[in-house]
Amino acid sequence: MPGTLVIAELQDGKVRKATHSAITFARQAGAPFAILALGAGAAAAARELAAFGAQKVLACDDASLAAYVCERFAPTVAKVAKDGGWDTVVVTASSFGKDLAPRVAARLGAGYAPDINLLKVDGATRHYRRPMYAGNAFGWLEITTPVHVVSVRQTEFAAAEPSGGASPVESVAKAPDDPAAARVEFLKLEVGKSERPDLGEARVVVSGGRSLKEQFKQVLEPLADALGAAIGASRAACDAGYAAPELQVGQTGRTVAPQLYVAVGISGAIQHIAGMKGSKYIVAINKDPDAPIFQIADYGLVADLFVAVPELVKELKAQA
Amino acid sequence: MKILVAVKRVADPENLNKIKLSAQGKIDTTGLEPKANPYDEYALETALRLTENGANTKARLGEVVVVTFGPKENEQMLRAMLGTGADRAIRVDATDDALDGDLLARGLKAVVDREKPDLVLLGYQQAETESNEVGQMLAEHLGWPQATFAGAIKSEDDKALVVGREIEGATAQIRVTLPAVVAVTDKIIHPKSVQSKHTAPTHAYPDGVRFAALMAIMAAKKKPLAELKLSELAQDTALKVRYGAAELPPKRAAGVKVKDVKELVTKLKTEAKVI
Ligand SMILES: Cc1cc2nc3c(=O)[nH]c(=O)nc-3n(C[C@H](O)[C@H](O)[C@H](O)COP(=O)(O)OP(=O)(O)OC[C@H]3O[C@@H](n4cnc5c(N)ncnc54)[C@H](O)[C@@H]3O)c2cc1C
Ligand SMILES: Nc1ncnc2c1ncn2[C@@H]1O[C@H](COP(=O)(O)O)[C@@H](O)[C@H]1O
Repeated sequence: MPGTLVIAELQDGKVRKATHSAITFARQAGAPFAILALGAGAAAAARELAAFGAQKVLACDDASLAAYVCERFAPTVAKVAKDGGWDTVVVTASSFGKDLAPRVAARLGAGYAPDINLLKVDGATRHYRRPMYAGNAFGWLEITTPVHVVSVRQTEFAAAEPSGGASPVESVAKAPDDPAAARVEFLKLEVGKSERPDLGEARVVVSGGRSLKEQFKQVLEPLADALGAAIGASRAACDAGYAAPELQVGQTGRTVAPQLYVAVGISGAIQHIAGMKGSKYIVAINKDPDAPIFQIADYGLVADLFVAVPELVKELKAQA
Repeated sequence: MKILVAVKRVADPENLNKIKLSAQGKIDTTGLEPKANPYDEYALETALRLTENGANTKARLGEVVVVTFGPKENEQMLRAMLGTGADRAIRVDATDDALDGDLLARGLKAVVDREKPDLVLLGYQQAETESNEVGQMLAEHLGWPQATFAGAIKSEDDKALVVGREIEGATAQIRVTLPAVVAVTDKIIHPKSVQSKHTAPTHAYPDGVRFAALMAIMAAKKKPLAELKLSELAQDTALKVRYGAAELPPKRAAGVKVKDVKELVTKLKTEAKVI
């Protein structure tokens, strides 16, 4: 049956929001689709995924899949894709999807379209568009193999809403591990703890650069509180230890596209811009009127951040 | 430990906002200086740190081989890398448009079959297509473990590596038994990110990658640089992925400068309506 197999992303048995972007792709692709949830607790997650209009939802609920290890996941994904005759495998291009999809593609002998931001269906041909060159070009590609593996950018494929109904849920057996799995041991997950909204999903992001120094938190937190924002940072701020490494926005950090991005004391290096230029509105506060960040900011304020940010917090409260 | 490092030459990553489209709608990088992909330089730095005592970086306590798939011009990059400490270099003659990730991965597998390294290091992505795929595909073709987004590596007697993988909001720590494929991010070049079995745990490297001394560059001229043909490494050279035309994304226009905080808040409220 031609159609799309969506790979769900679970965290502690719960469906991550990233999954909904891959479902959006499957809906756009047209043909029927199935969703595969793998992990410990996948059966419960599969029931939650039954409301999205999939032809069926498959659950591979296996204790050995409790922690994500590519060499354990890829064989099952590839086998389910093959057995079901699905011609497309899609996952959202999170670190999970980016790690898994290429290995699955190589296993299936399939072409891989990584991190796409647009799908164009042209009769029997599919054109995939993807950002490249730090977001300075969009390339179009075609896959020449019968099976396609695709990962989609979460910021460009809006999260699918449930469409109602209840897809049948089936359980599937785990495929035998890749022999390489015996040589990988998952040790631990160190989660940066934060009470704030997740960077990737926040409506507002306030990001700071290296000029904030040791006062990074002290200056930015009140502003983030006032805006209900997640906090991000430039690489320079992370490298210097002013901000936690997981806050990095940019090419090697998170890609974000909030409604509002406030860049505080960030120069606007090409690698930083690559991770935030999809934001709806960009505000830049920088004392250098020629800082490159102003070239992409909707609203620029040339000012000393140590003065402007506290004032901004006050004004937000006053106008609230 | 013997390490193979996969390296690509790319158009200057700091100036990619200057790329243009050719008349055929292809990406045109003329005018941009060719450079080593930064993440591949980080992979090389990682390989050097793993095969030395940080207190004496002149003595190589292992072997580092760099390999690139690319045209003759890439030799300049390979020479520079030999100057920074790699022992040997291999250039597989190829052009980007005759390659895709899977063909590269199969070609690299053939190089691995010949060289038999304990570890293959790659950048997690290259600055041009940013595909983030070659390492994972190579690991699958080899049947080896993979560790992507590696921001920290600790060698356990060169038999296993404990790798910190930088993922959203967290670090996932895994142990891979060698031989394995590891793809690195920028965190790997921090002073204590790489802990080799030869170096004291207290040793801190300068942040970043090392540069070749002029003497070393001269001496590196004598180091071996082999050339191979893609056809020697892969039989099936059909592409699974083919790039067509490109387009330039709509430029974000510069907006307005506001005179003060009050005006900013007002605009955000009444014009943008985002707060
Ligand atoms: C391979 C590679 C990958 C990279 N990936 C990333 C990435 O993912 N994310 C990322 O962010 N960077 C990345 N970088 C780094 C990037 O090139 C820049 O170095 C970095 O973004 C600069 O951070 P910054 O803006 O905080 O610092 P700077 O460039 O030093 O800028 C500081 C800014 O603060 C302003 N300023 C100083 N004092 C004040 C004040 N009192 N009030 C107001 N403004 C003030 C200055 O005018 C200046 O514009 C990468 C680099 C490489 C080579
Ligand atoms: N032409 C090439 N020659 C050698 N290594 C390459 C080449 N292209 C990519 N690589 C390696 O694969 C990594 C990931 O690239 P990519 O998957 O294309 O983003 C790069 O950082 C390099 O280490």
